[in-house]
Amino acid sequence: MKEILVRPERCMGCRSCEIACAVEHSVSRDLFRALSEMPQKRLYVEHVPEYSLAVPILCRHCEDAPCVAVCPTGALTQDALTGVVRHNRDVCIGCWTCASVCTYGVIGRDRRARVAIKCDRCPELDVPACVSACPTRALIYGVVEDLSEARRAASALKLARGVAASR
Amino acid sequence: MANKPATESIDPATTKMLLEARRAGLETAWDRFNKQQPQCGFGLLGICCRNCNMGPCRIDPFGEGPDKGVCGATADIIVARNLLRMIAAGAAAHADHARDAVIVFKEASEGRARSYQIRDEAKLRALAAEYNISSWGEGGGAADLANALLSDFGRQQGSVMLTHRAPEKRQRIWEKLGIIPRGIDREIVECMHRTNMGVDNDPLHILLQGLRTSIADGWGASMIATEVQDILFGTPSPKRSEANLGVLREDEVNIIVHGHEPILSEMIVEAASDPEMIRLAEKLGAKGINVAGICCTGNEVLMRHGIPVAGNFLQQELAVITGAVEAMVVDVQCVMPSLGSLAACYHTKFISTSPKAEFPGALRMEFSEERAAEMAREIVRTAVENYRNRDKSRVIIPREKSECMVGFSVEAILNALGGSPQPLIDAVVNGSIKGIAAVVGCNNPKVQHDSGHINLVRELIRNNVLVVTTGCNAIACAKAGLLRPEAAAEAGDGLRGVCESLGVPPVLHMGSCVDISRILVVAAAIANRLGVDISDLPVAGAAPEWMSEKAVSIGAYVVASGVYTVLGTVPPVLGSPVVTRILTKDLGDAVGATFAVEPDPFKAARLIIEHIESRRKGLGLKV
Repeated sequence: MKEILVRPERCMGCRSCEIACAVEHSVSRDLFRALSEMPQKRLYVEHVPEYSLAVPILCRHCEDAPCVAVCPTGALTQDALTGVVRHNRDVCIGCWTCASVCTYGVIGRDRRARVAIKCDRCPELDVPACVSACPTRALIYGVVEDLSEARRAASALKLARGVAASR
Repeated sequence: MANKPATESIDPATTKMLLEARRAGLETAWDRFNKQQPQCGFGLLGICCRNCNMGPCRIDPFGEGPDKGVCGATADIIVARNLLRMIAAGAAAHADHARDAVIVFKEASEGRARSYQIRDEAKLRALAAEYNISSWGEGGGAADLANALLSDFGRQQGSVMLTHRAPEKRQRIWEKLGIIPRGIDREIVECMHRTNMGVDNDPLHILLQGLRTSIADGWGASMIATEVQDILFGTPSPKRSEANLGVLREDEVNIIVHGHEPILSEMIVEAASDPEMIRLAEKLGAKGINVAGICCTGNEVLMRHGIPVAGNFLQQELAVITGAVEAMVVDVQCVMPSLGSLAACYHTKFISTSPKAEFPGALRMEFSEERAAEMAREIVRTAVENYRNRDKSRVIIPREKSECMVGFSVEAILNALGGSPQPLIDAVVNGSIKGIAAVVGCNNPKVQHDSGHINLVRELIRNNVLVVTTGCNAIACAKAGLLRPEAAAEAGDGLRGVCESLGVPPVLHMGSCVDISRILVVAAAIANRLGVDISDLPVAGAAPEWMSEKAVSIGAYVVASGVYTVLGTVPPVLGSPVVTRILTKDLGDAVGATFAVEPDPFKAARLIIEHIESRRKGLGLKV
């Protein structure tokens, strides 16, 4: 199961992911034409002033998703196979219960329709638009186990070096 | 994201060489373009500013994030300032090119640059008369003219001299808007000043300076470059040649001249025909020395000497990949810095010659006016001696090349018309020629190579629009066979009749990018004959595959001159509704012409034809 994974140490704060996200969620799906549509983004490059860092924050599609659990109308559902938390705007009543329980604060408010908007992981794309747009690959689309495996390997290597050096 | 080679170009020679590049694992501009995808949305919309170190700043085009930079600049201000800087850079490139030509002319007229002579005495005298130079002693007139031309660059007051060539009505419009350029360098400097932090912050006010600077380019710098190069190297006249990578020869030493200035390439053409050099080539097993051009240096030697042209902008890397190029000799502008590492994969010597332009991996053979002929011989000798190092097993020269007829300077066009523009005007009036379109500009991997150029030009001539061309569009047309008189068969009946009676192609190659100034002169002549302004004429401009900042300056002076212009790639301005409105609408009220953007060449042709028809109606001509 693929996720959008964030490697915050690589984020340059360019906000290309935000632009790509907004354009992908426009009707025209074209940057120039989208200007007249004013589409909204669903992920946020947050600034952490204490560390002068930019960190992309986006829906984690939590396996035990609080937003799904609290949604009173069933507008939020979770796909059993992909784990994607979907939002049905026709059923949404804009009560913001989901927003009030979301750990990451990534449920936005549609300016015109007055319903929730959130990451749908770009169902029509092989790779989500934000991931494709990231010039430094701070966002990757992959399996969490693979990422963990790579991290374990890197840590193991470091440890092994230390062991070898102390022999 | 990666395109297949077949969709990267409509030119079969290019497609073939791209397959070879892939096979050999070599990277080209198309690969790098793909790696850049998706390109930055802020940059595409023109809403990032790096003009001061409080930034970089950018505006959220969708209204959620910042709507002003740190200084308070809005998207409108940022876009206008960035556009003005693009115009300044483009005008600077033409101005610096022109200055170099004038300096060579000055050195030659004072007897220091002995490699150069006056080739067009009549043009020298005519230009001197325009600059009010009456004394004509022993070489004195030429030197005085050179000094007068130089003073146009540094002039602080008054107006750039050749703006007087514009029709009276046009000059009044410029005067009313306060956009008659004072001095070429002054306007460029003022652009940089105005866009400095905290100076000019009104989009319209900024853009008017853009027009003024661009006029200093079109009716100043570029026009001076054309005039002086004609005086030094001869005014082009019709001649036949060939175009595309197929002009490279398997059994000869191939030297490519690439860039924009004819100052050194003229000398290289001469040195390559030196019997001593040819003997040396033959001693090393080659059958001769073949000089071919790329980009506008190519157009300059093509127009004046019929030197074949190997390709346009996006083919520069492919020329090296043929494995048959002994030397790629470059001067300035549009030279890809990738050429050094690419040439290192072959025996090709990548030789940089301009004191201004250094490249990684280049062999430096710096040009000087005093030693021009010697330098050229040294370069040719280096190329010839390098023939020994050619790996014949790696040579792949595509077979494709097309015949072309080139060399249509204003003088040559008048000559073809029997000495007066009247027959052309008659043809426009009676409707056999519906109008005239100037189709110019670069290549850009955002557009399938040459398809923007060729589809637009074909569509226009089919509809009886005479096309005049320069730059990389001209080379695209040459490769597609549109510069042959026989191409008249592709034109509508009216245009076809005119071309056949004059023996000229339906697409007239008027030269390099600075030679767009020749097109301005033709437009002014026709307007004056009819007693109207340029903006009243059934004419239009187009740059279907533009990429360079020079093209931004050109587009601006063409529109400022009253010519409706259609761009094929989107300029970085759409992030500002105000700037977009000024360029596409308000300019119409101010200068009688606007910009339009239309990537589809067939729709662009429609826009141009509709514009031409509206102008015909305005002049009371039948549509």
